[in-house]
Amino acid sequence: MTRPGLPAPARVALLAVAVVAVQLATQASGRGFYLTQLTMTGYYALVVLGLSLLMGYAGQISLGQAGFFAIGGYAAAFLSTIDVSAQRALPAFALATRMGLLVARPDLYGGTTLGVNPWAGLVLGVGLASGVAFAVGVPVLRLRGHYLAMATLAFGTIVSAVAVGTQRLGAADGISGVPPFPILPGVRIGGGSADRVANYYLAWGLVALAMLLLGNLVRSRTGRALRAIHGAEDAARAMGVDAARMKVRVFVLAAAMAAAAGVLLTHYVGGIGPSEASVMKSVRYVAMVAVGGMGSLWGALSAAAVLEFLSLRGVFGAHDDAVFGGILVLVMLFAPDGILSFRARGIVEKLRGRPARPGEGT
Amino acid sequence: MTLDLALQYLVAGLTYGAIYVVVAIGFNIVYSATGIINFAQGEFVMLGGMIAVQASRSMPLPAAIALAVAAAAAVGALVEVAFLRWLRKPTVLRMVVITIGVSILLREGALFLWGEGVRSLPYFTGDEVSSVGILGARISPQVFWVLGTVALIVGALEWFYRRTLLGWEMQACAANKDAASLCGVPVRRLVTLSFAMAAAIGALAGAVVSPITYTSYAAGGPLAIKGFTVAILGGLGNSGGAVAAGLALGVVESFAVSVLPAAYKDVVTLSLLLAVLVVRPSGLFASGEAARLKEF
Amino acid sequence: MNLLEVIGVSKRFGGVQAVKEVSFRVRKGAVKAVIGPNGAGKTTLFDLLSGFRVPDEGTVRFKGREIHGQAPHQVAAHGISRTFQNLKLFGHMTALENVMVGRHVRSRAGMLAGMLSSPASRREEREIEERARAEMRFLGVEPLSLSPAGSLAYGQQRAVELARALCAEPELLLLDEPAAGLNMRETSELAEQVLRIRDRGVTVLLVEHDMSLVMRISDEVAVLCFGQKIADADPRSVQRNPEVVRVYLGDD
Repeated sequence: MTRPGLPAPARVALLAVAVVAVQLATQASGRGFYLTQLTMTGYYALVVLGLSLLMGYAGQISLGQAGFFAIGGYAAAFLSTIDVSAQRALPAFALATRMGLLVARPDLYGGTTLGVNPWAGLVLGVGLASGVAFAVGVPVLRLRGHYLAMATLAFGTIVSAVAVGTQRLGAADGISGVPPFPILPGVRIGGGSADRVANYYLAWGLVALAMLLLGNLVRSRTGRALRAIHGAEDAARAMGVDAARMKVRVFVLAAAMAAAAGVLLTHYVGGIGPSEASVMKSVRYVAMVAVGGMGSLWGALSAAAVLEFLSLRGVFGAHDDAVFGGILVLVMLFAPDGILSFRARGIVEKLRGRPARPGEGT
Repeated sequence: MTLDLALQYLVAGLTYGAIYVVVAIGFNIVYSATGIINFAQGEFVMLGGMIAVQASRSMPLPAAIALAVAAAAAVGALVEVAFLRWLRKPTVLRMVVITIGVSILLREGALFLWGEGVRSLPYFTGDEVSSVGILGARISPQVFWVLGTVALIVGALEWFYRRTLLGWEMQACAANKDAASLCGVPVRRLVTLSFAMAAAIGALAGAVVSPITYTSYAAGGPLAIKGFTVAILGGLGNSGGAVAAGLALGVVESFAVSVLPAAYKDVVTLSLLLAVLVVRPSGLFASGEAARLKEF
Repeated sequence: MNLLEVIGVSKRFGGVQAVKEVSFRVRKGAVKAVIGPNGAGKTTLFDLLSGFRVPDEGTVRFKGREIHGQAPHQVAAHGISRTFQNLKLFGHMTALENVMVGRHVRSRAGMLAGMLSSPASRREEREIEERARAEMRFLGVEPLSLSPAGSLAYGQQRAVELARALCAEPELLLLDEPAAGLNMRETSELAEQVLRIRDRGVTVLLVEHDMSLVMRISDEVAVLCFGQKIADADPRSVQRNPEVVRVYLGDD
C-alpha cells in the first residue's frame, strides 16, 4: 500500500525516540509504574502486528489469535513451574540438567525445584503454536469468509475450553508463580520494580524489531504477493503465487508472534489464566487491527498501543468488552479502512503529499 | 448404562438439541435472505429468556413470553436497519466483524440491565420436581413444552414458506435477490423481516427452555457457536437438515458428558464444527453444487 | 514445433458438457484464436489450460510435458501466462505493483529474505521494477505507474493486465477476450500490440468474439460450438467454412 510519508527506517527511528521519550516522561512525573502496563501493551502489540499482517495484507480473518497466545503462555508457564526434582537421578533427566534444559530454582521452603529452562520453554511454546497453526491452517485456510472466521473462532474456543477444563493447567485459576526469564545478561523478563525500565525497553525493542522486519516483508516480493492474494486470489495464482502455501505461512508467522508474546508476557506477569485464551481477547485483537486500518502496520501498532494501554489502566472499567464491541461496530460502519484513513481522506487530500515510491509505506 | 439412564441422557440431548435447531434455523433464515451469518443469533435466545423473566414479574406468563418475542423481533429488525443496511462497503470480512460487535453489545447490554445472575421462568406446568415417567425415566413436563414449541416453530415456518405469499417472496429473495426485486418483491423489507423472524423464534425458544437451563447474560455466545455448527452440519439454508443435525448434536453431546469430563463437552462440538468446515462445508445433507451456488 | 498440444479434452459440470473431446495444437511463434458463440466452452477451455479446472478426460501438453491437472501457479512456472475475461487486477495496488507481481514467477526472494531485506533481494527488487516499467512502456502505460489500479479507465486497466502477464516473460500467452469492452481505436491498438508481442517470440492463444480482430491478427483459428471443435484452419478458410457460417448466422 503506497502512502505518503516518511521512509521506513525513519519511522522506526521515530518510534525509538517516542519510546525513550515516554519512559523519561514517566520517570520525570514519578509515574514509573505506568511502565508495567506499557510493557504489557508492547507484548500485546506483537500479537496485533502479526494479526495485521494476516488480516490486513493477506486478507485472512482469524478469530483465534488468543488461542496461539495462550498456547505459548501456558507452555512457558507449565514447563517453568513443574518440578521434576524427584526424577533428577534418572539418566534422561540428568542429561537434560547437564545440557541446561532443566534448571534448578530455589523454592519457598529452602529447597530447590527442577523446572524447564525458560529458553527451552520459549522454543517449545513457539514451536508448538507454530505446529498447531500449520496443522489447523492447511485445511482451514482453504475456506473463505464466514467459514474461515468460524473455523478460527472454533479453534480459539477449543483452546479456551481446554485451558479452563484441564486440572494440570490450573483450570479456572490458571498457572501462577512463573519465574522470571533471564533473557540477556543483567536483564530478566519479570521481576520487580527494579527491573521495570529494562523490561520496558526490552518489550518495545522487540516491537521496533518486529516493525522493521514486517515492514521489510510488506515491501518485498512476498508482501506484494500477499497483497495480490488479498486483491484477487485467482489472478495471483495465475501469476505464479502459491496462494495456499503463502496463506499458511503467514498464518504460522502470526501464530508464532502471538505465542512468543504469550511466553514473554507470562514470564513478565508471573502467570497466565484461561481468560488470555478467550474469544473476547481474540475479538479485541481484531478490533485493534480494524481501528488501525486493515492494511497498515503502523496503524495497527498505534491502535494497539492506545487501546490496550487504556484498557490495562482500567479506563474502560467494567465495560471493557462493550467498548471493544462498540469499536468494532463503529469502525466497520463509519471507517472501514481504519480511523487514520477516515481522517486522512480529508487531510491528505488537502495537503497533497508527494506520492510515494512504489512499495513504500506500510 | 441402564436403559432409564440412557433414556435420561437421550431426553436431555433432545431438549438441548431442539434449542440448537432453533438457533440454526435462525441462522438459516437470515443467511437465505442475505448471505450473511448473523453472529448475534445466540443473543436473541438469551434476550428471549431474560426479557420474559423481567416481564413475568408484572404480567401473566403467556403475555410475558409474547412481549419477549415481540421485543426480540424489534431488536432484530433494529439491528438490521441500524447496522447492516448502512454498511457502505459490505465485504464479508466487514459483515462478520460487525455482527460480532453487535453480539458483544447485546451481551454487554444484558449484563448492564440484568447483572450477572442466572434467571429462569417458572415451569409452565408443574414445578422443578414434577415429572412424567416414561420407560423408567423421569422426564420433566417442561421438556414436552420445549419439544412441542420447537416442533410448532418448525411446522409454522414450513407452512409460512410453502403456503403464504410472503413466504414465497422470501424464498424468491433467497434464490435471486435481483430477479425478485425486478418482480416487485420488496427485498429490503423482507431482509428486515428475516432478521425479525430469526430473533423472534430464538426468543421463543429461549423463553421456553429457561426453566430447565436457566439463562444469563453470557448464554448467547456458546449457543451461537452450537447453532452455527448445526446449521453447517445440516447445510446452510436447509431447515430439514438443521432439525436432524441439531437433535443429533444434542444427543451426541449429552452422551459425551457421560464419557468425558464435563468441561470438555464443548470441545466435542467445537471439534466437530472444525472437522465439518474442513471436510465438508456444504454440510452432511446438502449437495456440493448447491453450496457453491450461494455467494459467499 | 508444437508448443501446446490439447488432446481429447473434456469437461462436464453436472448435466452440462462444457467441453467435449477438444483437440488442437498451437505452433510455437503463432497467434491462434479460439472463437465460437457464447456458451461454446471457450472460457472453460482456458480454465482447463491454465490449471483452474481439471479435465475429466484428455491431455494437455506444453513443450512436451503434461500439465493438465496442475495448479495455476505451477502452470505459470512452466511459462504460461494469462489474462482474464473480467479483468482481475489488484485494485488497491498501484499499476506498477500489479505488473511487478507478474514477475513473481521469474523471481525468487522468499519470506526470510524479504524480512531481512538482503542485498540479493534488494537487487532482485530493482530488477523486477525495471522489468515491470519496461513492459508498461511497451504498452504505453508507464505514466500510470503510481495510480491505484482500481482507479484507471477500463482500457488502461486492460493494458496494465496485459503488461502484468507479459512481465512473467511467458512462452505462451493466453488472452481471454482481450478486446471485451474496448472501443474501435483501443481494439486496433490491441491488435498491433499482439502482433508486436508475437514478434518478440511469444506464442499467443486467444479467445475472442471480435471477428475483425481475430481475422486480422491470427495465423490459425479454431471454432468451438457446444463444447466441440468444428473447424481449425487459417482465418480465410474458416471464414468460408459453411458450418461455421451456419453456427454464427443461423440456418436460412
